[in-house]
Amino acid sequence: MKPATFAYARAQSVAEAVAALAAHGDEARLIAGGQSLVAMLNMRLSAPRLLIDINAISGLSEIAVEGDGLRIGALVRYTQALRAPLVARHAPLLTRAIPHIAHAAIRNRGTLGGSVAFADPAAEMPACILALGADIAISGPDGARVVAADDFFLGLYETALGPADMLTGLNLPLHGPDRRVGFAEFARRHGDYAMVGLAATATARGAGLGDVRLAYFSMGPCAVRARGAEQALEAGDLDAAVAALEADLDPTGDIHASRDTKMHLAGVLLRRVAGQLSEQPQ
Amino acid sequence: MTRDVPSPLTALDRPNSYIGRAVPRPNLARLTEGRGEYVSDLVLPRMVHVVYVRSPHAHARIRAIDAAEAKRAKGVVAVVTGRELAEVCTPWVGVLTHMVGLKSAPQHAMAVDRACWQGEAVVAIVARTRALAEDAAELVEIDYEPLPAVTDMMTALDPQTPVIHPALGDNLAFERNFTGGDPAAAFAAADHVIEADFGFGRHTGVTLEPRAMVADFNAGTGRLTAYLGTQAPHMMQNILSIHLGMSEQQIRVVCKDVGGSFGIKVHVYADEMATAALSKLLKRPVKFVADRLESFLTDIHARDHRLKGRIAVKADGTITAFEIDDVTGIGPYSVYPRTSAVEANQVVNLTGGPYACPNYKARARVVFQNKTVTCQYRAVGHPIATAVTEGLVDLAARRIGMDPVEIRRKNLIRDDAYPCASATGLKFEALSHHAALDKLLAMMDYPKLRAEQAALRTKGIHRGIGFASFIEITNPGAAFYGVGGARISSQDGAVVRMDATGAVTVQTSATEQGQGTEAVIAQVVATALGVPLDIVRVISGDTDQTPYGGGTWASRAAGIGGEAAWQAGKALRANVVAVAGAILQADPDSLDVRGGAVVDAASGRERLSLAELGRIVYFRPDTLPPGFQAELMAVRHYVPRGYPFAFTNGIQASYLEVEDGFVKLLGHWVVEDCGTILNPQLVDEQVRGGVVQGLGGALFEQCVYDAEGQMQNASMADYLVPMACEMPDIQVGHIVSPTADSELGAKGAGEAGTAGAPAAVMNAINDALAPFGATLTEMPFTPDRILSALKQARQRGGADVAAPAGTPA
Ligand SMILES: Cc1cc2nc3c(=O)[nH]c(=O)nc-3n(C[C@H](O)[C@H](O)[C@H](O)COP(=O)(O)OP(=O)(O)OC[C@H]3O[C@@H](n4cnc5c(N)ncnc54)[C@H](O)[C@@H]3O)c2cc1C
Repeated sequence: MKPATFAYARAQSVAEAVAALAAHGDEARLIAGGQSLVAMLNMRLSAPRLLIDINAISGLSEIAVEGDGLRIGALVRYTQALRAPLVARHAPLLTRAIPHIAHAAIRNRGTLGGSVAFADPAAEMPACILALGADIAISGPDGARVVAADDFFLGLYETALGPADMLTGLNLPLHGPDRRVGFAEFARRHGDYAMVGLAATATARGAGLGDVRLAYFSMGPCAVRARGAEQALEAGDLDAAVAALEADLDPTGDIHASRDTKMHLAGVLLRRVAGQLSEQPQ
Repeated sequence: MTRDVPSPLTALDRPNSYIGRAVPRPNLARLTEGRGEYVSDLVLPRMVHVVYVRSPHAHARIRAIDAAEAKRAKGVVAVVTGRELAEVCTPWVGVLTHMVGLKSAPQHAMAVDRACWQGEAVVAIVARTRALAEDAAELVEIDYEPLPAVTDMMTALDPQTPVIHPALGDNLAFERNFTGGDPAAAFAAADHVIEADFGFGRHTGVTLEPRAMVADFNAGTGRLTAYLGTQAPHMMQNILSIHLGMSEQQIRVVCKDVGGSFGIKVHVYADEMATAALSKLLKRPVKFVADRLESFLTDIHARDHRLKGRIAVKADGTITAFEIDDVTGIGPYSVYPRTSAVEANQVVNLTGGPYACPNYKARARVVFQNKTVTCQYRAVGHPIATAVTEGLVDLAARRIGMDPVEIRRKNLIRDDAYPCASATGLKFEALSHHAALDKLLAMMDYPKLRAEQAALRTKGIHRGIGFASFIEITNPGAAFYGVGGARISSQDGAVVRMDATGAVTVQTSATEQGQGTEAVIAQVVATALGVPLDIVRVISGDTDQTPYGGGTWASRAAGIGGEAAWQAGKALRANVVAVAGAILQADPDSLDVRGGAVVDAASGRERLSLAELGRIVYFRPDTLPPGFQAELMAVRHYVPRGYPFAFTNGIQASYLEVEDGFVKLLGHWVVEDCGTILNPQLVDEQVRGGVVQGLGGALFEQCVYDAEGQMQNASMADYLVPMACEMPDIQVGHIVSPTADSELGAKGAGEAGTAGAPAAVMNAINDALAPFGATLTEMPFTPDRILSALKQARQRGGADVAAPAGTPA
């Protein structure tokens, strides 16, 4: 459990990091909080020749309201986001979800940018980003661009990031008075990656819900929306929404939960989260 | 036996006694200052590191090894194959003669021409650092011919299953059959016979510090010093000497601090034997520290039993017979030297043990398979025997509509029935099942919990209460290993020495694994001798310095090592008083040692400080009467002789909620009778730690294998150890029935928590799910298993209660 030898460079700017990635291609990796990467290095599941440390880049640890969005820099740590009043006010979904991620020591170092870039199928942040319909800011050799969450998560550890791209920040829509959020997950132990999880947002429309976005995690190769269930919820039919999950989701079983268990628990979560969406006070 | 009647004063009731007090552990400050002496941290001059290239196959012939490139790699000192190492280290066979019929095959320190489990070492890479050795390990090319792997223990004995060791004839390592009383007649005459199948997942004993060794062969003296995290230094000294062809005296085993053992570190591991052999070969210190991934594949595993159980009851709740049929898979070899038949043997011995039921039939079969070896881990066999017994008792109670407490009251051996024996012939000196049950019910407020359970059930909240009574083997004499031919000391010793300042040093053969042995030994000696605790220093874990002894296993360190220390302390006190008598010209019988000074026994008045006594003994012996020789060092040994084992008893209760297939533990209660309690805090923490490991096996821990013998979750990310967030409060109470075998009267307490917790949780889950007609008997109780049991119950139409939301359709 010792990593293979690697060279180490500390990037001072996004441009420098991207240039280094472009120069070394597949042989280089960015390191942010290191909470996923270091374990992979130690188990030699990943053996890059160069680690590009992005922690010294200034301007990536800020949380700020810009226009009609909440901008979260790529290096914002979970703990920082959890304690930020701006996040509690404008992105309460994150405030609900972050306590489910690992344990304090890991949350102190792990970054939101790293989690979204890594796109673990069982991770909380990608699903929240997807449920919020956030935008992801990317810098690459050809400059900066923005990708919508719906177009970002492509498959197992596969995202819209190219080999020389760096994720620089997240842009979340501001929480409004009629917005609703919901979050729940099942994990074997507190802090474990979820067996099944659900992050959701909606807009209150009288007694009902509109703009429902249900993002499941640990139910496929990456965070996925349950579009049939979204429609059924918008139509006010919870039972139909649960039934629609059969067509929306296609998880594979693993050592912690069979496919049957996952599907069953996905339905339980939907009932729970639908309750949160409709009960939430202003 | 201490009940509600006040006990008379005993030899233990010394003035200023530390016995029964939660004194702080003397090693705590050292450990919390980061000054523990763990083998993992040890660095010696010229030390090199070994990494083993391990078989990725569960069973494979080794056709060829190409290590040329690895030998040229940076920092590499040596690359050694199993065949080369076999020249330095002879193979062993893990059998004991009293396990009649037990067989196993010769096992080498590294695979010679065949690997028999995923993780068996095939090539050793020795390099300047661990990282360089790992780099070189990637360069070794091994040509394997995969062989069919035997993985399912239930088919291991089928004629079409390949035999792992053809020379043995079959895959059966050991079989034991037992019949006591007339079980056939009892089953025939029973009003009810209830049957159930039980499963116990394979799990392991994840220690915080992995297995670690620095082997230092000194070519100048011809001596090998093995710094080793072990529970049994003298056993290891003997075994290293046998297989390295050295005299025992030329082997020194040093074991200072150990980061947890739980039975994992009482065995002989091929990796450690190879490390010692490499040091002898290379004539320099070689370090091996198992990393976390290797620990999962090479630390012993435990449990992995499947049983069929039956119980016979009369309509009035009298239990008339138990029957079990146990199969367990132990990997490709019986572990050396304690063997892998012990757990199954214990299951046979202990099932039904708390109950006054003379009719018992048992069969146990121990089979080989191509998985990591299994052997003794905390509470060996007890969690299995307890869960089967208590599971059957609860099923019987439910069948006849009796409260689980009532059926236990009716059948547990009466507290006034001792001495007596079990159906299997285990001798019980004094147990307290009924007193313990009464105390437990009071601690948990049983009627209140039942009322709460009933009220919540009407709201669709499903809680359950489960009990587990059990007996536990502690303080073993020679009956465990010695009679079977193993050179494992069943006796322990202590040397107590007083220096010129009056300070006291104890050398003990009991070992410290982080559980507080040093504290207990110091308390006992300070009390016996009559000195303050802070002038007693304890030395353990060094075969060059300590008395020859057994070490720490089978809940014996305090009960056996503690009694030796007590006797040595008393002997030294007699010597001190004799010297004082000579100095003071007083009758030694009129003197005592109290509070660190020689006092007049009647008045307690100080006569002489120990420092003054020491000064005279060592520097002015000329002033002592002619012919008088002071002896300020005393040695005593102890081994229990009256009973082969000091049985303890205990009872545990679990209160929990089941929702959506998840178990939420709400409360856990334990009443334990471990005889005299030397240090209540250490005993309670042993019990709590043991309960947590039991809960781990019941709910979380399992080594998951696929059909090819590949472990699927060999990392801390996927193997779930119990964590604080999921643990309930654990309340511990005591009944005290000292053993008369020793003066201290202490029995073991280290394993009791683990013995009872899984059964209590199982019974509580089944109590919670009773309205659905679902019964779970296969551990660990995962959400998958709970949900599928509920689903099956629904399909059977077993439930006469509406299923709440959250039951799978
Ligand atoms: C014990 C443990 C438990 C955990 N439990 C959970 C859990 O329950 N839920 C959960 O979601 N996570 C969990 N994690 C993972 C944790 O959240 C990680 O911190 C997170 O997944 C990655 O963030 P990081 O900053 O640590 O990234 P790193 O580990 O530094 O990097 C991860 C990957 O992302 C890439 N990367 C990082 N930043 C960027 C960027 N800005 N642009 C492009 N690529 C980038 C890296 O190159 C690397 O490939 C756990 C980790 C541990 C050790």
